[in-house]
Amino acid sequence: MSSLTKNTLAGLREILTRGDASSVEITQDYLAEISARRDLNTFITVTQDDALVSAKVADQIRAAGQASLTTGLPIAHKDLFCTKGILTSCGSKMLSNFISPYDAEVVSKCKNAGFVMLGKLNMDEFAMGSSNETSYFGPVKNPWSPTHVPGGSSGGSAAAVAARLTPLATATDTGGSIRQPAAFTGTSGLKPTYGRVSRFGMIAFASSLDQGGLIAQTAEDLAIGMQIISGHDNKDSTSALIEVPNYESLLNDSIRGLTIGLPEEFFDSRLDTRMQSQIEEVIRIFTSLGANTVSVSLTHVAEAIPAYYVIAPAEASSNLSRFDGVRFGYRAEKPIDLTDLYECSRGEGFGSEVKRRILIGTYALSEGYFDAYYKKAQQIRRLIKQDFDRAFSLCDLLLSPTTPSTAFALGEKSDDPVAMYLEDIYTIATNLAGLPGGSFQAGLIDGLPAGYQLTGPAFSEAKILNAAHKVQQVTDWHTHYPEEIRNV
Amino acid sequence: MSLSGADIQCVAKLARLRLTEAETTSTLSQLNSILTMIDSMQAVITEGVAPLAHPLELTQVLRIDEVTEENAREAYQMTAPAIKDGLYLVPRVVE
Repeated sequence: MSSLTKNTLAGLREILTRGDASSVEITQDYLAEISARRDLNTFITVTQDDALVSAKVADQIRAAGQASLTTGLPIAHKDLFCTKGILTSCGSKMLSNFISPYDAEVVSKCKNAGFVMLGKLNMDEFAMGSSNETSYFGPVKNPWSPTHVPGGSSGGSAAAVAARLTPLATATDTGGSIRQPAAFTGTSGLKPTYGRVSRFGMIAFASSLDQGGLIAQTAEDLAIGMQIISGHDNKDSTSALIEVPNYESLLNDSIRGLTIGLPEEFFDSRLDTRMQSQIEEVIRIFTSLGANTVSVSLTHVAEAIPAYYVIAPAEASSNLSRFDGVRFGYRAEKPIDLTDLYECSRGEGFGSEVKRRILIGTYALSEGYFDAYYKKAQQIRRLIKQDFDRAFSLCDLLLSPTTPSTAFALGEKSDDPVAMYLEDIYTIATNLAGLPGGSFQAGLIDGLPAGYQLTGPAFSEAKILNAAHKVQQVTDWHTHYPEEIRNV
Repeated sequence: MSLSGADIQCVAKLARLRLTEAETTSTLSQLNSILTMIDSMQAVITEGVAPLAHPLELTQVLRIDEVTEENAREAYQMTAPAIKDGLYLVPRVVE
């Protein structure tokens, strides 16, 4: 691994500012690493030529004295964000031929900020999965152990950051898809508050839950990226018209007196004992930094999974009705009539997990079942939100493990959807309540990363990043990367 | 409640999804185990609780209703499987 690609995003920014390396040199190093680690299957598309052109432009802008703080820094996008003129597959056969005619707002913002896009990252098909095994382009491997999953659905984003193939990756989180893979790969990930980041040009899965965010090595790097991608967008009426704070300037605030809530329900018998001791170590560090802890209860959190697996598939069944084989995407050959065209294109274009969710969603919304499923789930959603409101009247942030255990083996849960769904036990309630949540490194268990999760009230991203940054200042978990371990 | 193969075919029809015979069989047990998991919701007392459709109960931001986008039909149709004269082609629906 070259010395340049070992850097954090903040480190690369310093290197560029000092003139120790050019954006072209940095980009070339990353492209070489990406090429050397094809075995991980993190990238669906590598935009090598475009990246070198953008890097050259960035260097010219810098030479002219017009560089911004992010000019020339590398980034890679989850293949769910539309990128103009570049394949945007969403991990699906359905979109395996889709060259997007426009950029997602997040992609535009990164371009305007001078980021150099290295390529598009692998993911579970339509972001439906917790292991990155549902991708049409094959599973992503965990850089810490090639026989283990990297988590999902942003498995490519997390694995690419973990393997130092990009310093920053966009990702999305509908039920844990940023936080769980961040935990499984020893990276830092932030799912912002619903509405903090524009969803324009993000291929929709469940519109009341989806939120774009980032995966990087550190909270500081997430702060740099969040500054660029956050804010209201006229093209997304659900994006919030709320001022974006200066995340980086708030990173070093003291956390003395911060009250951290520990949800009782997240520390029960399901939790792996070694995971529990890693989390206890994180709590001890927070306490040593002057934070207080208080026990809180999220009474309805156990019902978050069944409620989510009604609401998300219901919204998905509606959103995915746009894939009809007529306007874009995969089209079946030789249909008998229009209905046959729809049914065959969708039957052949979608993978089995996507089909399962469309069927569940269609069933839950069908006549006679609406009240028992969809309405009931929405009522539980309110109870969950009220649980969080009550908890945040007692504390500033909630702390828990991100996942019950470390990464599981490839194939271990792929035939058992319910076991896979239960993976999201600690992350899913956050999405139902629309809250921000981050996952950060909490050391290793048998050579595999553990992660802890911080959840905050709406629009408290700065506080989450501040707290995580303070921990990263006194720990070195975030500096570990797989190759180092392998070489020991 | 438990679904039968015929139920799955009916829902698949509603969802415009063609399932093969083998897919129907393998999907059946998986969907039923998912529905069993989902049915655990029924134990929660929700009487009088207003459904929550959206996480942030903020007022949606309105903008002035004016045209800001240019016509980009050609660019958007570049991704279509079959077009002619600016129209999407599908199998004949009217004889």
